[in-house]
Amino acid sequence: MGRAQLMESTARDFNDNVDHALADPNLQDSLAKLKVGFSERRRQAAERLPEFEVLRDRARDIKNHALANLDFYLEEFERKVLALGGHVHWAPTAADARRIIGELCQSMGARTVAKSKSMVAEEIALNEHLEELGIAPIETDLGEYIIQLRREPPSHIIAPAVHLTKDQVADTFLEHHAKLGFTKRLTERNDLVAEARHVLRQKFLDADVGLTGANFLVAETGSSMLVTNEGNADLSNTLPRMHIVLASIEKVIPTLEDAAVLLRVLARSATGQESSAYTTLNTGPKRPGDLDGPEHYHVVILDNGRSAVLGTEMQEILRCIRCGACMNHCPVYGAIGGHAYGWVYPGPLGAVLTPQLIGVEEAGNLPNASTFCGRCESVCPVRIPLPKLMRHWREREFERHLTPTAVRQGLALWSFVARRPALYRRLTGLTNRVLALFGRAEGRYRALPLAGGWTRFRDLPAPPAGGTFHAQWKKRRP
Amino acid sequence: MHPIFATAILAAVSQSPSPTSRPRRVALFVTCLVDLFRPSIGFAAVKLLEEAGCTVEVPPLQVCCGQPAYNSGDRATTRAIAAQVIDAFEGYDAVVAPSGSCGGMLSHHYPGLFDDDPAMKARAERLAGRSYELMAFLVDVLGVKKVSARYDGTVTYHDSCSGLRELGVKEQPRWLLETVQGLSVHEMKTPEVCCGFGGTFCVKYPEISNAMVGEKSADIAASGADTLLAGDLGCLMNMAGKLQREGSAIRVRHVAEVLAGMGDLPPIGEPDRDGKWGGPS
Repeated sequence: MGRAQLMESTARDFNDNVDHALADPNLQDSLAKLKVGFSERRRQAAERLPEFEVLRDRARDIKNHALANLDFYLEEFERKVLALGGHVHWAPTAADARRIIGELCQSMGARTVAKSKSMVAEEIALNEHLEELGIAPIETDLGEYIIQLRREPPSHIIAPAVHLTKDQVADTFLEHHAKLGFTKRLTERNDLVAEARHVLRQKFLDADVGLTGANFLVAETGSSMLVTNEGNADLSNTLPRMHIVLASIEKVIPTLEDAAVLLRVLARSATGQESSAYTTLNTGPKRPGDLDGPEHYHVVILDNGRSAVLGTEMQEILRCIRCGACMNHCPVYGAIGGHAYGWVYPGPLGAVLTPQLIGVEEAGNLPNASTFCGRCESVCPVRIPLPKLMRHWREREFERHLTPTAVRQGLALWSFVARRPALYRRLTGLTNRVLALFGRAEGRYRALPLAGGWTRFRDLPAPPAGGTFHAQWKKRRP
Repeated sequence: MHPIFATAILAAVSQSPSPTSRPRRVALFVTCLVDLFRPSIGFAAVKLLEEAGCTVEVPPLQVCCGQPAYNSGDRATTRAIAAQVIDAFEGYDAVVAPSGSCGGMLSHHYPGLFDDDPAMKARAERLAGRSYELMAFLVDVLGVKKVSARYDGTVTYHDSCSGLRELGVKEQPRWLLETVQGLSVHEMKTPEVCCGFGGTFCVKYPEISNAMVGEKSADIAASGADTLLAGDLGCLMNMAGKLQREGSAIRVRHVAEVLAGMGDLPPIGEPDRDGKWGGPS
C-alpha cells in the first residue's frame, strides 16, 4: 500500500519535530493549560462516580468480547443496516475507502461535503482526495475548521486545535473571513465562536453530502453512534441528502446497553463531563413519513491493517475508544504536543497504533519516547496496558535490528559486563573511585566525557568517597 | 499532625498485620545506582530493616535487575539477567529494594519473561511474590508505624512512577515521615507526575527529558520546601542534577536516609564539607 494513500507522516523526523515543538512559545502556552485542565476535570468526574472503576472493568470486558467476536458483530451490523435500507461498504485499505467515498459523492454530483470530526478521515487523508476530485470538504467541528483554514493536521484526537492560542485563532479568522465581510479582529472567545457559527451555518445548508465518523457501531440495531459537544454532527447528518458514516472495524459493539456503559466512561475520561453535550444515533436513511434525515445512508468500514493486530500481543490497542485521556495525562505529550508524533494519532495511543498502521521503520521513535511512567494506563477507560504495548514495539525493533547502532552496542557491552558479577564489581569499583575522586571538590559534574546526554541539561552527582556499597559491605560484614 | 494523616495512620494501624517477633531473613537488593552512586541509601535500608527486627543479608552475586535491557527491547539479555537475580535471591523470606522501579521489575515483570519455561516461571513467581519496595515492606508487611529520627527541615516528596502506579507506594513514606522529629511536609502541586528520568530515556531523548525535569524542578521550588525526598535514586539524581544546574539550594535525599536518621550526610550532588563520609553506620 502506497504511503500516498495515507495522511503524510513526519514520524521519521521525530527528533526534529521535538526541537521545533520545544522552541514554539505559542504551543508551550497552550500545553501548559491543557496539562492542568483535562487531568483535573477527569479526576473530579471519576471521584463523583463511585462505580467508575467497576465501569472501566466492564468497558474493557465489552470491548474484549466484541474483538473476540468481531466477524460476527460486523456481519450482524451489516445485516441490520441493509434491513433499514442503508448500505455497507467494506474498505480493506485506505485507498479503497477513499475511492468508495469519492464515488458516492460523485454519484450525488456533490460539490461540497459537510464533515464532522473523524480521525479515520484524517488517517486516509480524505480531504486531499476530495479536493483532487473537485469536491470541497467543509469541516464543521470548530477545532477542525480552524486547522483546516490553517492547513494543519490535528494535534489531539478530541481537541484538534488545542496547540493554538486564542490570538492565533483570531489572526486565522481575520485572514480567512475578511473576504466574507468579517473585517474586525475579534479577541473574545464567544465572539470567535459566533463568527465561525455564522460562516459555517450556510455551508451546512448548502452541503450535498454529510460525512461523519462514529464512536460506536451498534450491531444490535445497525446504528452508528456519535458524540460531540457542538452539535455539528447532527447538522452534518440530517440536512444533506446523503449521509456517509466512516468508521474502522473495531468500533463495532454488541448492544445499546454496552454503548451506555462505554459512553459513561468515555465522556468522563475525555473531558470530565458526565456525558457529552450531544449523543446522536443514526439508524438508516429517512423513512416514509420522517420529517428530515438523509435519503441515502452509507457506512464505510475501514480495516487498514487493524485485522492483522487481532490475535497478536498488540490486540489490546483495538479496545481504544478514542477519549484522549492517555495524551491528556502523558508528560511527554505535555512537553511536545501532538504534531511532533508526526501522524494522525499522537500520545501513548499513537506510540502503539502508528507503528502498526504506517510501519515501525517510519514510526520507530514513538514507542521509545516514553519513560513508562504508566500514567496513561492508570487513566485509560478500557485499561489498555500502553507501556507494555510500547515495550513490545521496542522488542520487535530490537529483533529486527532497527534499534540505533549506538544503543545496541552500548547495550551489548553493558550486558557482557552485567552477566559477569566479578568483572562488574571490578569495573564499578574503579568507576566509583574515579568519579568520587574527581568530583570531590564540587560534589558533582557539570560535564563528563561520554555523559553528554545527561550533563547537557543537568549536573551529574558524584559518588562520595569510600567505595561502592558492595565494597563497603564486604569490609564491614565479612 | 494533620488530622487527615492521623486518621489515615489509625486506619493503617488497625489493618496492618502485627509485626512478627521472629526476625525475618531479608535479602537486600541494593540496586546498581545505589551501589555505584549513593551507598548510604543501602546502609539506611539495612538500618531500617534491622530496627524492624529483620536479619539482613546482601547476596554477593547481585548486579542489576535488567531494566536497561528490558526497556530497550532486548528480551534475551533481560532473561539472562533475571535468571541470575533469581539464582542469587532464592531462599530468603523477602527481597527488599530501596527503589520502586527495581522492586517493580522483580515483583511485576520477571514472571512474564519466562512464559515458555514453566520451571523458570515458577521460580520467577516465587521471587515476585516475596519482592518488595522498602517503604511498602516496612509499613505494609512489617507494620512499622514510626521511626526514631530527627530532621530539621521542610520536605516535599516526589512519588516515583513505578513505586506509585505499579506497587501502590503513596502514603507509606508520608506516614513514616510524619513521625520524624523536626520535619514537616509541604506537598508540591503534582507529586505524581514523572520527573523525566525514565532510565535510558533521559539520554536517548535529552530534550524531552529536560523539559519534563524543568517543569518538575519549578514545582519543587514552588512548594517552599528546603529538601526534596523520593524513593528512587534514578529520579533523585535527575532532579538533583537539574536543581543544581539551575543554582537551587534545595537539598536532595533518599527518603530512607532521612528515616534512618542519616539526614546529616551531605545531600546528593553536594561536596563533603564537614568530613561526614568517614563512613555511615
